[in-house]
Amino acid sequence: MKFIVSVILTALLAFAAGLYLPWWSIAIAAFLVALIIPQRPGYSFLAGLFGLFLLWSALALWINIKNEGILASKIASVLPLGGSAVLLILATGFIGGLVAGLAALSGSYLRSSKI
Amino acid sequence: MRIVPFIVSTVITVVLIFVFNKKIGPVPPIGKFLSPQHGFWQNAEPTDASFDADLKFPQLKGKVEVYFDDRLVPHVFAENDEDVYFVQGYLHAKFRLWQMEFQTFAAAGMVSHITGAGPEDRILKYDRSMRRLGMVYAAERSLQELEKDPIAKTNQDAYTAGVNAWIDNLKESQLPLEYKLLDYKPEHWTNLKTALFAKYMSYDLAGSVKDLEYTNAKNVFSITDFEKLFPVAADSLKPIAINSPENPYPTKPAYDLTLPLGSDSIYFNYLKDTITNILPKPDKDNGSNNWAVSGTKTASHSPILCNDPHLGLNLPSLWYEMQLTTPNFNAYGVTFPGAPNVVIGFNDSIAFGFTNAGRDVKDYYEIKFRDESMNEYWFDNAWVKSTRRLEKIEIRGKPILIDTVTYTLFGPVMYDQNFPAAEGSKKYYAVKWKAHDPSNELMIFYKLNRAKNYDDYAEAIKYLSCPGQNPVFACKNGDIAIWQQGDFPAKWRRQGDFIMPGFDSTYMWKGIIPQQENPHMKNPTRGYVSSANQLSVDSTYPYYTGNDFPVYRGYTINHRLDAMNNITIDDMKALQTDNYNTKAEFAKDILLRTDESKLSADEKKYFDIYKSWNFRNDSNEKGATVFTIWWKELEKAVWSDEINKPGLPMPWPNEATLVESLHKDSAYHFVDNINTPAKETLEDDLLAALKKSTDTLKIVEANGNLAWAKYKATKVQHLLKVPALSRLHLPIGGGSGIINAAKEDHGPSWRMIVQLSNPTEAYGVYPGGQSGNAGSKYYDDFVDQWANGKYYQLWFMHNGDRMDKKIKWAMKFERGE
Repeated sequence: MKFIVSVILTALLAFAAGLYLPWWSIAIAAFLVALIIPQRPGYSFLAGLFGLFLLWSALALWINIKNEGILASKIASVLPLGGSAVLLILATGFIGGLVAGLAALSGSYLRSSKI
Repeated sequence: MRIVPFIVSTVITVVLIFVFNKKIGPVPPIGKFLSPQHGFWQNAEPTDASFDADLKFPQLKGKVEVYFDDRLVPHVFAENDEDVYFVQGYLHAKFRLWQMEFQTFAAAGMVSHITGAGPEDRILKYDRSMRRLGMVYAAERSLQELEKDPIAKTNQDAYTAGVNAWIDNLKESQLPLEYKLLDYKPEHWTNLKTALFAKYMSYDLAGSVKDLEYTNAKNVFSITDFEKLFPVAADSLKPIAINSPENPYPTKPAYDLTLPLGSDSIYFNYLKDTITNILPKPDKDNGSNNWAVSGTKTASHSPILCNDPHLGLNLPSLWYEMQLTTPNFNAYGVTFPGAPNVVIGFNDSIAFGFTNAGRDVKDYYEIKFRDESMNEYWFDNAWVKSTRRLEKIEIRGKPILIDTVTYTLFGPVMYDQNFPAAEGSKKYYAVKWKAHDPSNELMIFYKLNRAKNYDDYAEAIKYLSCPGQNPVFACKNGDIAIWQQGDFPAKWRRQGDFIMPGFDSTYMWKGIIPQQENPHMKNPTRGYVSSANQLSVDSTYPYYTGNDFPVYRGYTINHRLDAMNNITIDDMKALQTDNYNTKAEFAKDILLRTDESKLSADEKKYFDIYKSWNFRNDSNEKGATVFTIWWKELEKAVWSDEINKPGLPMPWPNEATLVESLHKDSAYHFVDNINTPAKETLEDDLLAALKKSTDTLKIVEANGNLAWAKYKATKVQHLLKVPALSRLHLPIGGGSGIINAAKEDHGPSWRMIVQLSNPTEAYGVYPGGQSGNAGSKYYDDFVDQWANGKYYQLWFMHNGDRMDKKIKWAMKFERGE
């Protein structure tokens, strides 16, 4: 339950932060959530990873649907992804997830080092 | 102890963020770039996006309403001139900001600032060449001139404020895609940037001279051979302006144009200069077609004006289509993102268009400096002091480079020890270029947008100093006209075709040809005026106007217009997109001298394809591919033994030279290959060329590319040459020397036809789209229409049309914070 709450909270907080702050605010969001909700570091990492993977890939997917895939196929050729919008959406989710997961890991370690 | 893992994971996180926030080589900052709330996803515009908006700006004086039609063409209605230019600047920035700024960086030699020095420092070398050509110097001088004119200054200020109103309110997520790819941010717009853009047009249209190559060639060939290879005029020339009683040429030059004393030995014969450091040039086919037919030749009895400027085919397009309306004027057409007013278009009374004059207004002079300090140079038997200009070149990822450029009374010293003309060369060459002189070019568009008749047009075009153009004109009152307009130096024959001595004032330009003596035609009895970058006059014109002009487009247009009557708009569409290859027609008797009995089966096959060809470069014609490859091989067989010298840049003869030489000279000695003991004949060359062509053609055919459009592979390339953002392999015919001048990456950048009837009926298309955003469906939505030779009807909106169904979106601007 804590895990799912962490995932959802990370996604929501990162989304809100992204409205006003630079992209790396996702790390702050994941870090804070891991600090507030105590979990084992491995779970915190996964919560950050899933939270941002879900947020970024869902946003990218939604944008891509509204855009009818015009830009994603072009960017997926500029980046070495063989023109695949699906790969680009997954890559987007993964990059966001990686940063957030590591930030959440730090948050978790900080909390547990206090205890 | 969790403090150690905390520190480790925090450090990794911070490093990762840092790495993902930074451009590494060609890879954009991956975190910033992929973030759906900040990066490129934000440029993926919903296909049903609305462009409605209500905006307030303190700079506005009144209300401005902008109505977008279904092609995203804005029709701007303002209460005064300043507001219309403010909104024009705002819209240019909103839809085309990246290209606007990038073009000015290219003009100013500042590309390294964005991209770094490039492979083998190529970009840095380009930047240095633009600085050494004096581009920024020229733009600064033009800006001073512009700012002296209160009207130009006020409107330019309003335009610049409009651009900045967009930039100042730009969020990171709204940055155009290219800024995100290359990871940089736009600067503030300035009036100087508009001046730089205007100078870039001068560079593009009046910068492609071959004086340095001719100088090399002059040192290889005798005068007789040089004149044979590089004649001043083609026999098949149909000049723009005919010397006729209704529009006579001046009878004698306004200046004494006798050759300088001793020029035979000092200028025409000195075998001293070798220039290998020849810089990349704008495309030599930067040209265009335009014509206007009078009501006497049209079905509607109203004049029709047509124009298609041939320029590099790029995305985002050079052009942005719009309509500008205030109580003072109402103009529709294409605009340059980066400058105010409509550039090619029409208003309630007249239509106007341009082709390039292609006159040589950029000459090189050899300077003799007293010593390597370059402080003084020898001129008219005295030492004259030079001046300096420091060019600071910012290079991404490297320290600033300061290039010192020395200025003489001719202009900047382009080549010196720091930028040698050839390896080890100790020569100094200064460049004298008309674009260096102060001028207020952009005012021509302000005046043309408001012109009501011939007199207004004739007055407006006087603002055009450089690049020289052929502005064509048609008016609802029935008048048609064309001028070759610009400040053109009065030259003696071959003056400036080679590097000139810079120590003797007799080699300087004698002066500028009086404007009234520029070639022109008004209401000729033949019922049309036209231009296609050909030589503007015949040999009875008393000034030297240069060499190496394209011939065949002009020939074809005039030939066709002569024969046409009861012309309709559809006839003009057909002519503007015509693929007839006049050169191929003229070359046929030469190619048919091939001895068929000596051909192999493969050679015979291609020869037969050629023989049954209809001279049309339509997209599916195979004969056009055979002809093009074969003719190119024939030119090489005839000339490359004489012209190609390893390491020495040499000019290649004009498109008409081989056909005409072989027709008039039965003993054309260049057909012999000087590198073999045998004496080759034309027939030998034809066979050798066809053999070589057959090897190429077999590969072309094996790849399925024998059809002309497949072989030619016309593309509209993104300015950064990123294939994914470009449109490749377009099914379009035409080509070099053909009215439909669509080459590989160059061609008709805007096709326009305007019938000056009541109401005006106008059509146009350009290979691009109104949005500069590759993530918008309006990025390239005109490309297929353009490739298919189809047009859009242009909607000339009037005040009463504000409820019209053609309006899709409205943007309302008013004064306020």
